[in-house]
Amino acid sequence: MAIIGAGILKGLGVTMRHFVETYIEDFKYMGFNVDSSAVRRQNPKNRGLATIEYPKEKMPLPENFRYVPFLVEDTSKEEEKCTSCGICAKVCPPQCIWIERTEDPVTKRPVPQPKQFFIDSTICMNCGFCAEFCPFDAIKMDVNYEISYYPAEDYKTAAADAVAASIQDNVLPVHGGGAVGRLIFDKTGLMKSDVYHATIHPSDWAREVAERKPAPAAKAAPVAVAAPAAGLSAPKPAGPKMAGGPKMAAPAAGVVVPAAPIVSSEAPAPAVVSPPAQVPVTRPSKPKIVGHV
Amino acid sequence: MAAGAPAPAAPKPAVAAASPVSGAKPPAAPAAVAAPAKPAVAANTDAEMADITAKFEGLISKAPYEGVFINDPARLVEVATYVRDGLHFSMLSSITAVDYPKDGVIEVVYHATRVPSGGKPLCFKVRVPREDGKCSMPSLCGVYPGAEFQEREAYDLYGVRFEGNPDLRRILMWEGFAGWPMRKDWKEAYFEGETKPFETRWPAGKHELAEERVPWQDNVTFPKDFDPFSYTSKPDGNIYESMTGNRNSVQGFPDAPVVVDANGMNQPQADEFMDELKTDEIIVNMGPQHPSTHGVLRMVVKLDGETITDLKLALGYLHRNHEKIGERNTWLHNIPYTDRLDYICGLANEWGYVLGVERMMGITPTPRVEYLRILMAELTRIESHFWSIGFLLNDVGAFFTPALYFITERDFIIDLFESVAGSRLMCNYMRFGGVSRDFTEQQLQRAHELAFERLPRAIDELDHFLTENDILKARCIGVGYLPADRSVAYSLTGPCLRAAGVGYDVRKADPYGYYERFDWDVPVRYNADVYDRYLVRVQEMRESLKIVQQVLQRMSKDTKVGDIQAGKKAYNHRVPAGQTYARVETPKGELGFYLVSDGGQNPYRYHIRSSSFINLNSLKEMTVGYKVADSVVILGSLDIVLGEVDR
Repeated sequence: MAIIGAGILKGLGVTMRHFVETYIEDFKYMGFNVDSSAVRRQNPKNRGLATIEYPKEKMPLPENFRYVPFLVEDTSKEEEKCTSCGICAKVCPPQCIWIERTEDPVTKRPVPQPKQFFIDSTICMNCGFCAEFCPFDAIKMDVNYEISYYPAEDYKTAAADAVAASIQDNVLPVHGGGAVGRLIFDKTGLMKSDVYHATIHPSDWAREVAERKPAPAAKAAPVAVAAPAAGLSAPKPAGPKMAGGPKMAAPAAGVVVPAAPIVSSEAPAPAVVSPPAQVPVTRPSKPKIVGHV
Repeated sequence: MAAGAPAPAAPKPAVAAASPVSGAKPPAAPAAVAAPAKPAVAANTDAEMADITAKFEGLISKAPYEGVFINDPARLVEVATYVRDGLHFSMLSSITAVDYPKDGVIEVVYHATRVPSGGKPLCFKVRVPREDGKCSMPSLCGVYPGAEFQEREAYDLYGVRFEGNPDLRRILMWEGFAGWPMRKDWKEAYFEGETKPFETRWPAGKHELAEERVPWQDNVTFPKDFDPFSYTSKPDGNIYESMTGNRNSVQGFPDAPVVVDANGMNQPQADEFMDELKTDEIIVNMGPQHPSTHGVLRMVVKLDGETITDLKLALGYLHRNHEKIGERNTWLHNIPYTDRLDYICGLANEWGYVLGVERMMGITPTPRVEYLRILMAELTRIESHFWSIGFLLNDVGAFFTPALYFITERDFIIDLFESVAGSRLMCNYMRFGGVSRDFTEQQLQRAHELAFERLPRAIDELDHFLTENDILKARCIGVGYLPADRSVAYSLTGPCLRAAGVGYDVRKADPYGYYERFDWDVPVRYNADVYDRYLVRVQEMRESLKIVQQVLQRMSKDTKVGDIQAGKKAYNHRVPAGQTYARVETPKGELGFYLVSDGGQNPYRYHIRSSSFINLNSLKEMTVGYKVADSVVILGSLDIVLGEVDR
């Protein structure tokens, strides 16, 4: 039989060590300007405090992170990639996707372009099936998880003026602000450029570009013009042949990966430090809170 | 290895010759059987089925796809007793019902298991007519006490009356609810279509809120003579009535001692002492909003002084009829829904479901997939045990200091899940014959850091921090005792059963995946109290870590990078008509999926044998005789998650 209380003392020793280790981090980095404590604290080698101060600091998100999906716009053609084939609506487990197919007014034959596209994010369960099974890479999962707003009742009221105003004021930069309601997005609300997609999913984008059929190099030039039009800084060239916009990178070079994530003008540059397992992604600017003045 | 283990490792015809033990006496204790290092597992149950067919001639006929029919429901108890005592299937894994409106019958399906040796479960079925009044059959509570909650569930959702069930009330739906929600002809509020995908989504999809399409009141029905606006409820009359007058009547064990002390601590109050005090009995509600009940569980306890004399559970606060949703879904749709069952260990649940569907479709996953699944499932086990031990300590009173230390460690695992699968808890990682994404080099490196540095250190620290703590020992040793034979009879599974000396682990007993290719053990302890459950969990974390380390060491050698899908990836699976009962060992116990396919895109029946739910069945017997404060600890040691309990 051990001495009564010895186990407690042993345990208190652990508590004490944890207490001291809480400050180790602070001392270790004192005087150094390490911008992202979130990255540091996420590392298993870190023995000190693991928490960060949300929302002042945010955890870097891995590339695979998924939240309510968006539609990818092909910036070279200035139209959505979606062909309204309906697979995403079929694989959606909670059935939160509604697609209206366009019909040719004369022949009444379907046109591969959605007339309307709704995602009800109040139903969406963020499973990612739509993005996974889309054969055209036309729908992708977003990374912005801060889509709540105030007051709650507005989620379904069209509140058209409010939404329109919010678009003008750039209050809801995330999903442009669907006409149906704050959390029910229509086609315009869902559309984001492929540049944004390439920014948040660099390796996914690289795969897409590699899978695409190599187009003649001559075509690359107009794209390069189109891409900056969407508000880009051209990505840093990585390889010898690496050229500007995401669209043109593919045909020009066998190497495809945009070395640095392409940064859209709306968003701040991604953190420079990249932890081994995660690619920090650009966060869209913080949505202002509507209703709080 | 103690004597008295009745279960032969492999089906032997000799068993049939042995005279069956008749009567209602429970089987001899199969207590304290250490986990065999390599159990011989029966490949099927053909021999047993031939045996009972011969024994009960004329009564048994072969059922399509799986198991046997017992043609006369009245003789069910007789057959079940023989299955238990003659064939040594001492645990009833699962009870469920399937509705066949075309035939006008409801089929009640039983799966019995040999414990601890395992092997395939023995399936027997009974058919009863669907019409109200005729839809009744005998209860198996006398043979398998663990049947109580599951029978109540089948009664609640299908309307099958189990005559002889001690407490046949609704369990998931509320008192006063009309209708049988799992029957095929029952429609939920905002009913949209029998099966997904709904036709209103494409090609002419116009967004419409369900609430606006079907206004409230159009979709609710009330019993005759019931006016919801003038109704005032008699608060829970039924649950209190069920608690008066049947003190200590433990079904199946009328003469069982209520409390046995293991280590000389926490000796419960002797009855004579309480009699002298002349205390009053009072009924106290704990929950559904109570920090100790881990969610929305409500315990109604009858107290004599401070000692619990009876306990009832009110469940279903989180009930969403997951199974009905599952039957409307396509096969693929269900994968992310299984994450939401036991949201602490979503990846383990997914595996159970895809395992069942893969068996029915005859898909064999690639080696890479099997490695990745084991890796993810064992990391899930570690993080779930971190969580459960942390919150057990909360229940003991060490409020949040240990819990937060362990949550920190758990978060590293969950960060890895997020980086691989895209979500922290709702991973949606497994596919039929595959997984959604492979590990990148960086992710493997992170997994290495965790498995070889961070987690071993964290588990050692946990052990150092808690195991010898005198207060923890005083609160846990000897509390919540439930011996091996009764644990088995109550269908208790998971670490709680293994802490009672029964080395039953589905990973060894009915192997799946590549578990047999790795070197690991099933930790077993014998005191069957809260402390041993804690120790079993700690040891299981170490064993899981062993598996994870082996996987990481061998994965690059044995498998091909990127080989993560067997066959072609599809979204519109048609599963061949058939039935299967697939089970996996989640951190909480045996999670079973009973799936029936009619060959279509949607499951005809999608039943979940939930370990959290069935483990709660034995809570009453673990708790009666202890103090109120102990009941909190005992519940914590069961490690339930209400998402899976209420489904």
